[in-house]
Amino acid sequence: MAMHIVDRRLNPKQKSLENRQRFLRRAKAAIQRAVKESSKSRGIRDVLEGGEVSIPIDGTTEPRFRRGASRPDLVLPGNKKFVEGDLLPRSGESSGKPKDAGEGDSEDSFRFVLTRDEFLDIFLDDLELPDLAKRRLAEAEHEGLRRAGYKVSGSPANLSVSRTVRLALARRVALRRPRPEAVEQLEAQCEACEDETRRAKLQAELDALKSKMRRIPFIDPIDIRYRRFETVPKPAAQAVMFCLMDVSGSMSEHMKDLAKRFYMLLYVFLTRRYRHVDIVFIRHTDRAEEVDEETFFRAPASGGTLVSSALQCMHEVVRERYDPADWNIYAAQSSDGDNSYSDGETTGRLLKDLILPVTQYFAYLEVSEPGGFANMPESALWTLYQRLCADGAPLAMRKVSERGEIFPVFRDLFQRRVGQERAVP
Amino acid sequence: MSVGVTREGRLFEGADWDFQVLQRIHDACEEIALKELGLDIYPNQIEVITAEQMLDAYSSVGMPLYYRHWSFGKHFAHQEAFYRKGLMGLAYEIVINSSPCISYLMEENTATMQALVIAHAAFGHNHFFKNNYLFRQWTDAEGILDYLNFAKTYIAQCEEHHGQLAVERTLDAAHALMSHGIFRYPGKKTPDLRAEERREQERRRHEERAFNDLWRTVPSGPGKTQTELSIERRRALLGLPQENILYFLEKTAPRLQPWQRELLRIVRHIAQYFYPQGMTKVMNEGTATYVHYKIMTRLHEQGRLSDGNFLEFLQSHTNVVFQPGFDDPRFSGFNPYALGFAMMTDIERIVTRPEDEDREWFPDIAGSGDVMAVLRDVWANYRDESFISQFLSPRLIREMRMFHLHDDSAEPKGIRVEAIHDERGYRRVRRALSRQYDVGLNEPNIEVVDVDLAGDRELLLRHQVTDGNLLNEADAKLVLQHLADLWTYDVTLREVDSTDTVLKEHSVNPRKLAAAA
Repeated sequence: MAMHIVDRRLNPKQKSLENRQRFLRRAKAAIQRAVKESSKSRGIRDVLEGGEVSIPIDGTTEPRFRRGASRPDLVLPGNKKFVEGDLLPRSGESSGKPKDAGEGDSEDSFRFVLTRDEFLDIFLDDLELPDLAKRRLAEAEHEGLRRAGYKVSGSPANLSVSRTVRLALARRVALRRPRPEAVEQLEAQCEACEDETRRAKLQAELDALKSKMRRIPFIDPIDIRYRRFETVPKPAAQAVMFCLMDVSGSMSEHMKDLAKRFYMLLYVFLTRRYRHVDIVFIRHTDRAEEVDEETFFRAPASGGTLVSSALQCMHEVVRERYDPADWNIYAAQSSDGDNSYSDGETTGRLLKDLILPVTQYFAYLEVSEPGGFANMPESALWTLYQRLCADGAPLAMRKVSERGEIFPVFRDLFQRRVGQERAVP
Repeated sequence: MSVGVTREGRLFEGADWDFQVLQRIHDACEEIALKELGLDIYPNQIEVITAEQMLDAYSSVGMPLYYRHWSFGKHFAHQEAFYRKGLMGLAYEIVINSSPCISYLMEENTATMQALVIAHAAFGHNHFFKNNYLFRQWTDAEGILDYLNFAKTYIAQCEEHHGQLAVERTLDAAHALMSHGIFRYPGKKTPDLRAEERREQERRRHEERAFNDLWRTVPSGPGKTQTELSIERRRALLGLPQENILYFLEKTAPRLQPWQRELLRIVRHIAQYFYPQGMTKVMNEGTATYVHYKIMTRLHEQGRLSDGNFLEFLQSHTNVVFQPGFDDPRFSGFNPYALGFAMMTDIERIVTRPEDEDREWFPDIAGSGDVMAVLRDVWANYRDESFISQFLSPRLIREMRMFHLHDDSAEPKGIRVEAIHDERGYRRVRRALSRQYDVGLNEPNIEVVDVDLAGDRELLLRHQVTDGNLLNEADAKLVLQHLADLWTYDVTLREVDSTDTVLKEHSVNPRKLAAAA
């Protein structure tokens, strides 16, 4: 009987992509919630990874008429000691209850993995970013073309004449193709020759030369070379991002979460623009220290509030490790605005003289509980920074009590023209 | 033998394979299957796919083409998560009941595995699909791929014309009722899916040709008063009671659009196509496993399979037919491969080397000598329930140490061990196990019993409760909601026991949005 073998491996992949997108669309609200939860618990750098999320199944249930689970009769294999008439205690779940094979539908949540792009997309969606900004953020890294040697096939537009001619020359020399001058010379000799026998000999020699010339072409297909190009990521500079945060007791979980989202967004933005991004976490109360991310967001600390200590710490780190000639320096500070009165002047001076001159961008985010800014007097730090701003210092500052308010902080950053940026290799 | 056979007549050496090797394996298997086992198969088509494509196929119930719906995306996301974490292996093959019979082989399989899979799917399952009476009665192997293709195109067109949302709502509702869109008793004509497709096209052509806008303006005369019709007559006209709810809606739901009826019909046909598979899991896998075991052993005897490769096969085979005991953490019910294979080999034993007990229990086949004739007859004429109740032997009950538990809620002390593998218990264990595979008892028995056509058009359904097992309430509400959305009037489901006492009543009103669709 005839049998066919079909190789399907080269068929278009991801047949399920469309179905998957439909599912994501359907479960959008739930997935958004899950992503929100998940971005709370994950590290800033991990915002760019996809990840497993778990969503409640309502909205994506596929109901069927099902009968209750209890089943009076059951036949099981592997009897070891039971005899007819034994009574086995009903102790909650009996050891060998047949499970419905295939689906884990009995759970009330549904786990699956979002890809990196899906995750980022939903994360950005949640921050209520304007579409343009979203597109710029989600854009993949630009690829540039670079010359990378030669190849033997290609389009005529990429023909490398000089390389082709060079190879042709080398081949002609190697195969001893007669030079046209030599042929001309011989022709002249032949014409000038009187002696019949010698002339015939010359003529034979000439014919041999001419036929050799025909056999060895001036340019052979094997000489032809095309310019080869390689796609390379556009040379991108490196950047360091300083996260400064007040961790004194007045900062609540909500405020820290706002701050974290702000850092995440800045990180996403920076990784899109720079090849390599370092993050430095500096937390401060009345003294500042450089810490790891976990400590930064989680570990408790107590004490007064001296903002200048954080700026001093950042300055030292910059001096030690991040030469402004080699690094683009970004700083994002978040605080509830408290600062001790005596510290105002020091803070202002540090910022103006040491920090702002070396940073690309300094953003200050004042966070509060939802609705917390109504009828509140301006905070100490806000007043101070506002004064600096009025003096023309390049500072972006915003008050934020809801997630949706975070993005506007970046607006002026996005609006900066490329020419204004320092291109540090 | 054909050209290219490796040294000593082996089909292949080592683990690598290419398309010539697949062809050689197939030809060798075919020789044994047709000449020695006497199988009768559809022509084979073998398709090689990647792991990713296997995952794709999983999410669309193994079918190569299927319409688009979010629920398949959900299954895909779920399975992908499990697969990527390493919690789930993929099947070595998927086989489709179609003519030609399509078997998907994973490219990762070794040559031995490919041989196993070809013997299993392309010959075992293939023979079962072609010969078992349920498949012959309920499925149309020649037409299924064309029909799925038609369904996919038709649904895509509907999405273009009526919007994705409206189509999705209808499909959601149809899927919820899918398990009740099946005819369980054979009708007069055998299904022909190609004719289905033609019918729909002709109807559409006719509508287009006969379209005349004037008809819209012609006033319709006064309808017949329904009061004249007696209840019996009305129910007879509507074909009630009707257990195929999707069919009932397709034919009688008052406000469905023609395309919606067609969607219900598509979902119903596909449900019907898969219906025999649920009733023959043990037999189908048992047949395929028995066939691959026979073929592989024979190939080894013929020297076409090296000892090493045969050992590799035995290891996979043993894993497939492993049956953990009830108290094993790996236990999740009877393994259909294990039970099916054990029963097939047991029948072989009864036919060739019967003992007195077998002569007493199986006088018809014991010692009859022709194993394949008996097995082919069994494969053609039984389903799981009847197969077990006929052929589960006392010896196998002993070997698998089966026992029967009965949980009587009136018994306070616990669950009673009703029967074990002894003289008194064989028949009772066998009867209970066979009932466990009775689809009629596993699926709730729900039918449409009445429609109040003269009044508020309320649809009345009835669930015949067995063993006091009521419907899961949350799920029932959701399904009834879908049903009411399609019916567009109120729906009531009564759960009644054998004495016609109403145990529970669910009522649902349709949502407005669906009516507008």
